[in-house]
Amino acid sequence: MTADRFRTTLVGAYLALFFIYLFLPLVVMGVATFNTSRFPTVTPWMGFTTQWFAALFADGQLWRALWTSLAIGAGVVALAVPIGLSAALLLWRLHSRARTLVYAVMVSPLLTPGVIIGISTLVFWDRWIGVGGGLVLTVLAQSSFIAAYAMLLFMARLQRFDPAQEEAALDLGASHFQVFRRITLPYLMPAVLSAAFIAFLQSFENYNTTIFVRGLETPLTVYIASKVRTGLTPAINALSLILIAVTVAGAVVYEIMRRREARRAAAAAG
Amino acid sequence: MGEVVRRYGPWLSALIVGLVGFWIVVLVVLPQLMMVDFSFRPMLPPAELGGPQDVYTLRNYETLWANTIHRSIFFQTIWASALVTACTLAVCYPIAYFMAQVADRKTLPLLVLLLIIPFWINELLRTFAWYVVLAFNGPLNWLLLSLGLIDAPERWLGTPGAVILGMVYVYILFMVFPIYNAMESLDRNQVEAARDLGASWTRIHRRVVIPHAKPGIAVGCIMTFMLAAGSYAVPSILGGPNSRWFTEIIYNWFFEGGNWNQGAAYAFILLILCVGFILLMMRLFKVGLTDVAK
Repeated sequence: MTADRFRTTLVGAYLALFFIYLFLPLVVMGVATFNTSRFPTVTPWMGFTTQWFAALFADGQLWRALWTSLAIGAGVVALAVPIGLSAALLLWRLHSRARTLVYAVMVSPLLTPGVIIGISTLVFWDRWIGVGGGLVLTVLAQSSFIAAYAMLLFMARLQRFDPAQEEAALDLGASHFQVFRRITLPYLMPAVLSAAFIAFLQSFENYNTTIFVRGLETPLTVYIASKVRTGLTPAINALSLILIAVTVAGAVVYEIMRRREARRAAAAAG
Repeated sequence: MGEVVRRYGPWLSALIVGLVGFWIVVLVVLPQLMMVDFSFRPMLPPAELGGPQDVYTLRNYETLWANTIHRSIFFQTIWASALVTACTLAVCYPIAYFMAQVADRKTLPLLVLLLIIPFWINELLRTFAWYVVLAFNGPLNWLLLSLGLIDAPERWLGTPGAVILGMVYVYILFMVFPIYNAMESLDRNQVEAARDLGASWTRIHRRVVIPHAKPGIAVGCIMTFMLAAGSYAVPSILGGPNSRWFTEIIYNWFFEGGNWNQGAAYAFILLILCVGFILLMMRLFKVGLTDVAK
């Protein structure tokens, strides 16, 4: 009994330590935003301030970087989501032995280090096609692996799709386009939304691939990293805090939607 | 393929196949092939491309072997990535076990939520958080000084330890969730039964839990190793001249050395390393590709 209690205490202590490890650095970073100190730190505490938010909003480079990231994100959503959807539809109807191979090629970008995706895209497009680093190349490089995430989301949703619906519509005289527009797409809509959300987020926070294909563009992550190395002030903490708040809010909405969808699916099945 | 045409008609099918073809061929396969092709060619001025000098050569690969600094950074990167993987596994295994086998239904959603929140936050920002913690005038030195554990502040940033610590932190969730998912399907009664039959703690884990969680452990290790070996953000923020990462060498070939062919060769070596590690883990843990890409 005492051994059991000892074990429970030990497990509790480990869990507590683990979550402190997970959150304390983020808390420290957040708190440092409000310190007057010119370098982001919590020790020594030199007084509460919100001046770093003001400094952040006055930073023109930052706003340009944000627009660059938003433009890239929009491009990736526009390219990767249709690709992921097409790939899932195609794969779903493919029963041959080619399926395994095609599937392996499709998911391979997820198992490739991001820097290599950036490098191979840069070498191919710059040296063979003649498109240098920049917005277009960044969208293409990011889409090459983000499309795989989108595809997996669509495949998960398609697993519960009843193909008889499409057949019934065809039998009743619907055109191919109508079948897609009225049956397939509405069913996949939740997956379209989540794929768009994931694709945008993945693009927005990408760094390893982007640094190779960005050309002269400076997306937000590149801007943050360069600021950390040269000219770091707590304004970067303020930016981090805002980004974290937005991301977590987005994640909560996403989770709620996902759970509601799962409940609806369970209700429909039961 | 015929099935797709029957359902969606020739136009939509052409669009579907076209998009997938563009993705697979133009975005995935051709760039990889061209990178490899490029890495076996010498760097030449544009006028000499396709000329008599433009032949396949192993010279770019010999550089890695001949350059002792690059070679040692390469092996350090492998070793440090393996260390990151091992540390992450050690930190995550108890958490995953607790969540899958011990936690009751009420606390579990809270634990999962607490784990997911940092997962959503940008890798760069999580690395930056450690930059603040480890800074010379930062809270870690302050804490250690006030506890009397050190006499003078230490320089943590720029050391290999800082990079490894940062990576374990950043990639922890890629390890927890695969292991947790694998362990979750293990019937709690099996552990109970083993305990009732007198098996020791270590024996239960070695004979019951670990064999069941194998695919999850393999996936976690593959993801962590690949992310660590291919990381650029963490070493560039937390590292310094004494803790350079192989990816930084590759980056320098491209944007400082200006020798893309050389950089492509190094990138291909990194890719082979990662593929080799994936195959090794799949063989070791006897799991398939479909288990890995979930």
